Amino acid sequence: MDILDKPEVKEGVDQETVDAVREVGGKYKYGWETEIEMEYAPKGLTTDIVRLISSKNEEPEWMTNWRLEAYDRWLTKEEPDWAMVDYPEIDFQDQYYYARPKSMETKPKSLDEVDPKLLETYKKLGIPLKEQMILAGVEGAEDAPAEGRKVAVDAVFDSVSVGTTFQAELKKAGVIFCSISEAIREHPELVKKYLGTVVPVSDNFYATLNSAVFSDGSFVYIPPGVRCPMELSTYFRINAENTGQFERTLIIADKGSYVSYLEGCTAPQRDTSQLHAAVVEIIIEEDAEVKYSTVQNWYPGDENGKGGIYNFVTKRADCRGDRAKVMWTQVETGSAVTWKYPSCILRGNESQGEFYSIAIANHHQQADTGTKMIHLGKNTKSRIVSKGISAGVAQNTYRGLVSMHPKAKNSRNYTQCDSLLIGDKCGAHTVPYIEVKNNSSRVEHEATTSKVDDEQMFYCRQRGIGEEEAVALIVNGFAKEVLQALPMEFAMEAQQLVAISLEGSVG
Amino acid sequence: MAVAQTKQSATEARLASLVAHEGGGWISSGRQAALERVRMMGLPDRRDEYWKYTRPDTLVQAEAPKAALFETTDPRVFDGIDRLKIVFTDGVFDADASDDLSLEGLNIERLADIAGKDIHWAKDLYGVLETNGQTPVERPLAALNTAFATDGVVIHVTGQVSKPVSLIYNHRSEVSDAMLHHLVKVDAGAKVTILENGPAAARFNKVMEVEIADGAEFHHVRAQGRDHERRAITHIFTRLGVESVFKSFTLTANGMMTRNECVIELTGDDAVAHVAGAAVGDGDFHHDDTVFITHDAVNCESRQVFKKVLRNGATGVFQGKILVKPDAQKTDGYQISQSLLLDEDSQFLAKPELEIYADDVACSHGSTSGAIDEEALFYLRARGVPKNIATDLLTLAFLAEAVLEIEDEALAEEISSRLEGWLVRHNG
Repeated sequence: MDILDKPEVKEGVDQETVDAVREVGGKYKYGWETEIEMEYAPKGLTTDIVRLISSKNEEPEWMTNWRLEAYDRWLTKEEPDWAMVDYPEIDFQDQYYYARPKSMETKPKSLDEVDPKLLETYKKLGIPLKEQMILAGVEGAEDAPAEGRKVAVDAVFDSVSVGTTFQAELKKAGVIFCSISEAIREHPELVKKYLGTVVPVSDNFYATLNSAVFSDGSFVYIPPGVRCPMELSTYFRINAENTGQFERTLIIADKGSYVSYLEGCTAPQRDTSQLHAAVVEIIIEEDAEVKYSTVQNWYPGDENGKGGIYNFVTKRADCRGDRAKVMWTQVETGSAVTWKYPSCILRGNESQGEFYSIAIANHHQQADTGTKMIHLGKNTKSRIVSKGISAGVAQNTYRGLVSMHPKAKNSRNYTQCDSLLIGDKCGAHTVPYIEVKNNSSRVEHEATTSKVDDEQMFYCRQRGIGEEEAVALIVNGFAKEVLQALPMEFAMEAQQLVAISLEGSVG
Repeated sequence: MAVAQTKQSATEARLASLVAHEGGGWISSGRQAALERVRMMGLPDRRDEYWKYTRPDTLVQAEAPKAALFETTDPRVFDGIDRLKIVFTDGVFDADASDDLSLEGLNIERLADIAGKDIHWAKDLYGVLETNGQTPVERPLAALNTAFATDGVVIHVTGQVSKPVSLIYNHRSEVSDAMLHHLVKVDAGAKVTILENGPAAARFNKVMEVEIADGAEFHHVRAQGRDHERRAITHIFTRLGVESVFKSFTLTANGMMTRNECVIELTGDDAVAHVAGAAVGDGDFHHDDTVFITHDAVNCESRQVFKKVLRNGATGVFQGKILVKPDAQKTDGYQISQSLLLDEDSQFLAKPELEIYADDVACSHGSTSGAIDEEALFYLRARGVPKNIATDLLTLAFLAEAVLEIEDEALAEEISSRLEGWLVRHNG
């Protein structure tokens, strides 16, 4: 709101608009806190903490050792400083690495046994943990055809998974969908085979940290030839103060299978920043396809830049088999700082990677996000569509790599990066890396930066549409290509988020 | 940040191979300050992000790698153009081969001659734009040049000049290691064209600082060609006043290692800066265009057009950045980098960047890489054009967009014919 408080409100904006905007500006819908008795591991990070997390999850020895090795590697690593983000130094010893509701001490056997307070929390977030036909809480979802719109949810609350819905029905189809801690206990052969094979233990500073301390997350295995009968989703909620969330997601799509996966996340409104460092690994075998959609809505901090989540995430998909296909779609509206590059390794011949992203940064938010398309196989294809929107005093950076290896003959890439600036105090940046090492491949990269078009704005205003609403409308149009790539539940939520995130940006 | 030990020792090894200049006055303090900059930054190594795609080793090592001499009886580029010739052989001014240095509308001196003078306008330019150009990205090889350059031309343009000033560089020793530093000051309303050609030395480090006053124009056409084993690192630093114009074009044909950096600061409103390049490489060829354009005034236009044709394992690099500062409203920034890979072994590495802090701007960049368009080739062949000629035609058409950036038709024609010659020699 600081922009509006200054005298330089643009001419032609009536006071009513300014007041209305001031009233709703910076409002974050999910900023409330659940009061629940928690149990914490001692503050700080040591081998004892790593062992403690491992024992809380009742892990076998191999897993404990895997974590300890990661911890040793982490000690030798330096925090990356190349991203265009600026934040106070993080004291990694001044954090809780494990926090779980006391009521989760003994794992509930079914959703009926889960603490009502937790169930209430998810209900309030619009993600009720009961096996209903449609994902409620999303406006407009009730109009959707009920048939085939089931969504199974794995709900992660601080460091633990509180429950996973539709497990029995999924099991009938052969699909394994559970928390990763459960998978380590119940399906060690699968976890052992795939964990850390896409994002190696020592991949980068945050991924290494995650490897040492991840407390929970989701696990998905889709057997050969199976089309997952419903959409799967994970909902991450940070609730406890001074606690970092480190979750790990492992998705395996075996030959010829298909799954669409949704991820959502929110956190309470607090003055102090909190750390979130996740790793998502996806393995896609021959002819399989995975769609991974994220609506990232972590608390972004207040309009003065106080508080908010530091979101340092490593996401990578490995198209191992021929004709494997992956599609990342992300709507990044939250977090004080975002550092996130969902990537595709196109190893199989004719494999395909797609990345659709809308990143919105308002007030003091900083986003440095993009993708990597590593073409290794022949006839591989990739497409990148990135829309960055900056408002307030935010900084928004697209950073990406397209790499065509010598053996990736006849491959194609198309990249489109557009940035939109709303206001004269924000920044929009594009940092693409393009590496072409064979001549039968074709790479095309386009980027533009502009402001909200005056003519479009005039057109909307003339028809009686308020300034804020007009900006949201134009931005939605600007981001259309990405919004269309989202599954329906998310698309509607994303459209609303685009409007909310930009509140207070006009002036 | 402290310089890493390995970098520090490499830097000291290089410094030990150079001879410090005698004498006092303003240039000594300029050189001393530059030396301190070099020590503070350390010379580049392969771990530097700014040198991600080009290995700086041979440009940094104490001894210049040996480079075989290139002999030809063919006429040299610009031979047919009426111009004032200034010749340097292996970095040493060659008075006999040069023309008389007097020409109406400008004043030409040698850096070696003015270094001893107490009062000279060059004091306010020597190393000044280079120092500005060290942020936000360090360019230690340019600071090294400011500290140790042996000679160069110092040109003060005061009015309209009747013909281009042509800097010709000869390479006559297999082990020469040359460093030249040129200064060009274009007064308000004045206009000049500078030509450069020739391989200069086995290893060449050149800096040109160009101050362009309000309403002035600076045109630059450069040809780096044919002498294959040479290595070069060049920097142009320029600052533009209100309504001034900077236009630079570079043709690079062959060369084992060439990195051309261009650092442009648009500080006056309504200024225009165009920088373009056509590079053709065959085999053991590494060519790097690194451009950094800062928009720091209202309503300025910048344009970058770079085309590369690569074959037999040649490597082309493009790093281009447009930085638009918060108050540089109404900026029009355009950038295109394209490569044509004529066979499977060549590669193109690009990092086209935008960093924008003003909202009322129109900036775009595009980058493409691929082989010759098979359909276009088929079209020509179906009309009886032999494959090699059809390929040449399409390659020239591809390069033409960059050549068109040269305003002077005679110079553009000269460059085109050089490109044709190269294609004919390297065909098949």
